[in-house]
Amino acid sequence: MLPHEIRQKLTLEIAACEHAREKAIDVMYILQRHYGYLSDEAVHEAAGLLSMTPLELEELATFYDFIYREPVGEYVIHVCDGVVCWMHHEQAVFEYLCRKLGVGLGETTADGLFTLLPTACIGDCHQAPSMLINGKFYGLLTPEKIDVILEQLVCESCNPVLTR
Amino acid sequence: MTDMSELVLFKNRRPDKAATFEEYRQSGGYEALTAVVGKLSPKDVQQQVLDAGLKGRGGAGFPAGRKWAGVPETGHFPRYILPNTDEMEPGTFKDRILVNADPHLVLEGIILTAYAVSAEKGIFFIRPSYEHDAELIEQELEVARQANFLGKNILGSTFSFDLVVHRSGGRYICGEASAQINAIQGRRPNPRKGGPHMAEQGLWKKPTIVNNVETLACVPGIIRHGAAWFKGLSATPTGAGTKLYCVSGMVQRPDCYELPIGTRLSEIIDGSAGGLSPGSTFKACLPGGASTSFMPKQFIDVEMDFDPLKKIGHRLGTGAIMVFDQNTCLVAATINLIEYFARESCGWCTPCREGLPFILELLRAIECGEGKEEYIPLLRRMAGHMNHAYCAFAPGAVQPVYGLLNYFEEEIREHISQKKCPFGVVPQGSCQTVWANRGNGLYPGAANTKDKFASCPI
Ligand SMILES: Cc1cc2nc3c(=O)[nH]c(=O)nc-3n(C[C@H](O)[C@H](O)[C@H](O)COP(=O)(O)O)c2cc1C
Ligand code: SF4
Repeated sequence: MLPHEIRQKLTLEIAACEHAREKAIDVMYILQRHYGYLSDEAVHEAAGLLSMTPLELEELATFYDFIYREPVGEYVIHVCDGVVCWMHHEQAVFEYLCRKLGVGLGETTADGLFTLLPTACIGDCHQAPSMLINGKFYGLLTPEKIDVILEQLVCESCNPVLTR
Repeated sequence: MTDMSELVLFKNRRPDKAATFEEYRQSGGYEALTAVVGKLSPKDVQQQVLDAGLKGRGGAGFPAGRKWAGVPETGHFPRYILPNTDEMEPGTFKDRILVNADPHLVLEGIILTAYAVSAEKGIFFIRPSYEHDAELIEQELEVARQANFLGKNILGSTFSFDLVVHRSGGRYICGEASAQINAIQGRRPNPRKGGPHMAEQGLWKKPTIVNNVETLACVPGIIRHGAAWFKGLSATPTGAGTKLYCVSGMVQRPDCYELPIGTRLSEIIDGSAGGLSPGSTFKACLPGGASTSFMPKQFIDVEMDFDPLKKIGHRLGTGAIMVFDQNTCLVAATINLIEYFARESCGWCTPCREGLPFILELLRAIECGEGKEEYIPLLRRMAGHMNHAYCAFAPGAVQPVYGLLNYFEEEIREHISQKKCPFGVVPQGSCQTVWANRGNGLYPGAANTKDKFASCPI
């Protein structure tokens, strides 16, 4: 169940809109943030708030890259696989991360900390190879840099941004 | 020489921070808006932008003034402006740098455009990877409101306009104007066609103008300094304005450079971007994002503007120049590009949904040494089918395939005759040694790497 404050806040925001559906993606992001991913329960709750059917919402949820319909880790590592990162050996980045985290692509580490996903060009081509973790760019990646980044994230308390 | 050219859009660009409202004002910011509101008619503003010859920077190069004139004077209200920062065209990062360099330049451009078409509401469409931009814009919108440059009765006039940020869920097709309208309306963002033009009936069936943010950021300068000044910024007599060129790939200084539109490709690559990376020689580039064709060395002196590129059968697209060197297998590069497009296809129409994966299979077979001679004409035929697709996505997607066929057919043939990729294993370049033989670390038992895809990695 969605906490009362979140429900209240969303209801007000939706009521202030000319068209409730305008808020569909924002609502999905907020529920995803609350539940950790867009669970079935979240889809139903979002649909109710937006006066849409769960199917209409599912149509959107399954279309978008940054709406997660399956559980993800606290940190979602979006590794760019665009053509410029490819030129800069993006595959080596994937291999390194897979080996280091002990996961395959699309998988989450056992402690629930990291999910590894290939992602369409993230717009950081001048710093290729690059990745995006919870809204933050990390470019000009080297194995040493990845080591430092992951160690920092393991230490930090989780502070996910809206889009994770 | 090119480094000395006048900066208009990047005048306030700093390495580490966005220009503040005050900094933008000190550089003449919001003077155009002050000069316009209540003093010039919306038609006058449209005319100035038309006279300036400003062409859309989002890819298609449609004249901005003409697009705005498409809003009928008797058209309904409210009218909408959609500043487009979806920017998912691979290789393109200019809008991100622009918004982060000088957010108020972009905002003033949007407000002036709203004035020109009497729009009341703007919806700033931003992709999820650019969450930082979304937060920055929201923060600066509030600053502009405080100064009465935004909101009700702007500068004491009868003109009211406000802007909100729409955060996208993330998908390339959302950059296409009609799909973007569906996305904002909370519908699955398939493109739509037919019916009245969106300048008459777009978002919520009201007049709607979709413009790229680089296009919009050109407007304050045009209003302040005039159409002739804007035309004079160009490197060629027929062009107008400056252009943000993103240069990436195998060059010394990959970055986004503001240069006179029509600057020669060779000057951009060898001048601004410092030439090819050590050990690399130029093989080809994609001149304007992934939806443009490979251009081989013979075109290296082309003027990078809409018309000169069109004349030689190419497209400026987004002006994102991606440089490939002699060690790159262009069949493998095309596989990467078509994988991207096949994944991003919205799935609405058959040629695109079914055709791109088929093209991908042919290319993969060729790359793995299982290609046949007849695949070459077949690739061309399949690419031709994309002209029957529902939107411009699919014809754009196969531009690199055409480039491969038109200029590098010999390279495809070598794959077929040698029954393998002639580039063989990856040469031990600097990138490779950096990544080689790294041990396991962080996670106990971390070992089970999975192959992403079986294509030649160079
Ligand atoms: C598949 C596809 C993706 C597009 N993506 C973008 C985009 O990310 N940003 C953009 O400004 N225009 C994009 N466009 C072009 C828009 O449809 C539209 O022409 C443009 O935003 C208009 O602005 P302009 O006239 O200022 O260039 C895309 C077009 C297609 C077909
Ligand atoms: S061409 Fe592709 S992206 Fe465009 S409507 Fe057809 S399936 Fe969708």
